[in-house]
Amino acid sequence: MTVLALIGAQDVQKLVDAVALGSIYALMAVGIGLVFGVMRLVNFAYGQLVMAGAYALYLSSRHGASTLEAILVCFAVVIGLALLMEVVAFRRLRQATPATMLVATFAISYLLQSIAVLWFGTLGNIDPVLQDLRRPFSLGNVYVAKITVVTVVVAALALATLALLLNRTTIGLQLRAAAADFVTARLLGVRGNAVVAAAVVVSGALAATVSVLLPVAQSPLITPDYALRDTIFVLVAVVVGGIDRLLSATLGGFAVGFAVGLMGGFLPTRGEWPFTSSIYIDSALYTAVILVLLFRPTGIFARRGQRAVERV
Amino acid sequence: MLEVEDLEVRYGAVPAVRGVTLQVAQGEIVGLIGPNGAGKSTTLHAIVGLLRPHRGDIRLQGRSLRQRPPEAVARAGVALVPEGRRIYADMTVEENLRLGMAARPTRAGVDEDLDWIYSLFPVVKEFRSRPAGALSGGQQQQLAIARALIARPRVLLLDEPSLGLAPTLVRVVFSALAEIRARGVTVLLVEQRAQRTVAFADRTYVMANGRLRMTLHPADAADSDRLVAAYFGA
Repeated sequence: MTVLALIGAQDVQKLVDAVALGSIYALMAVGIGLVFGVMRLVNFAYGQLVMAGAYALYLSSRHGASTLEAILVCFAVVIGLALLMEVVAFRRLRQATPATMLVATFAISYLLQSIAVLWFGTLGNIDPVLQDLRRPFSLGNVYVAKITVVTVVVAALALATLALLLNRTTIGLQLRAAAADFVTARLLGVRGNAVVAAAVVVSGALAATVSVLLPVAQSPLITPDYALRDTIFVLVAVVVGGIDRLLSATLGGFAVGFAVGLMGGFLPTRGEWPFTSSIYIDSALYTAVILVLLFRPTGIFARRGQRAVERV
Repeated sequence: MLEVEDLEVRYGAVPAVRGVTLQVAQGEIVGLIGPNGAGKSTTLHAIVGLLRPHRGDIRLQGRSLRQRPPEAVARAGVALVPEGRRIYADMTVEENLRLGMAARPTRAGVDEDLDWIYSLFPVVKEFRSRPAGALSGGQQQQLAIARALIARPRVLLLDEPSLGLAPTLVRVVFSALAEIRARGVTVLLVEQRAQRTVAFADRTYVMANGRLRMTLHPADAADSDRLVAAYFGA
């Protein structure tokens, strides 16, 4: 507690909030990393899954759904949309170059944003689900929002479940094999499309989890470009962490989320250059990314001696 | 059991296999030898569905495998031990074996099959909880064959299993193949070791420039003139 006394209660709250944002980004990083692992596809449209889930929460609760019902609808919508992307677009691009696939995900991303603009307009809607978790509880003189604790616990549980799935089940074993060497996995009889679908469903479930948590942990205002900035941060994070291993991608997601949360918490909203204002968060982050790519192109958390994968 | 009929495979416009017709009967060991670039591996890749034939057909017990994806060919009972072994180095030996189960028609009899496979390759049992990447090249080759066998294939295809192995390990691999055949598994063996393969297999096709040149029998193994002639197309 002496450390807490030194840095002050306010600072502890900011630190804990940063851990929560790091947890959310870690979930998104795993979702993106899983699909990249088996398909070598960087899904830029991942944020639109989160956006669709948030709108599903808003719409279903407006139509009188309970919290649990709204969350179930959210998971169904996001997982369904993720599978739809795979069947309609990605499956046809299996033989395409990574650059082609990335551009296709750009197209899907903007398509979904445009649909959201047509459907909901650009002003934004408030997602009411679980918003009472914003209320704080106190630990001595430190006040922490309940959602912060919920976020960290849910993220930890989700990642632990995923680790069990990957390490203890047959489909998990096949997922890991497909990520390491897809052709050999198929030669051994592993059904390519089934493994990809499994990765897409798990990745969608993670996006849906983020859809529920993010509007409570951050702004509840859902707009068509919701979670877009977060997705870009997370894409950066998985590349910085090392996209070819789930663990390093997760750590990258957590690190970037933590850094963004910390800078957002401690920096004033207005201030002098350099880096004294939170509006410089993006610039600071991207500068760090360039440095990492120059000096450790396999990623910060990649193992030594690992070869860099081609990135687009 | 396995029939390849008038197979032509092209890389772009370049034909790598031109009109190959071959049969492997139930329980037979058939060799396929020839110089580098003859089209041996390409033939195997077409059989397992990794490459689309430009022309011709591939049949397993009379049913066409053409246009089937690799996982469907594997599930139909054709296992390939690929060149370079393609072991999952980060996984344990046991996990590699479990992956081989994907193509297995039934779970029944797994324990008996494992006992048999472990008796063929004791190192696989001994090192089963180690990362496969920690095994030597020869041990990895044994694991690759074991992983193919756990699928209980009807036809086993091997792409240069003795490549880069020490002579003692080459003997281990070849004697294992004899036992595998004794179990009723049909074997198509692509090899660079011409003399050894001709002596070992029931029949050996010689391939060059994408075509089958001739068929050799064990009696021809001692006739090195004939082997050299077969290789260099004299």
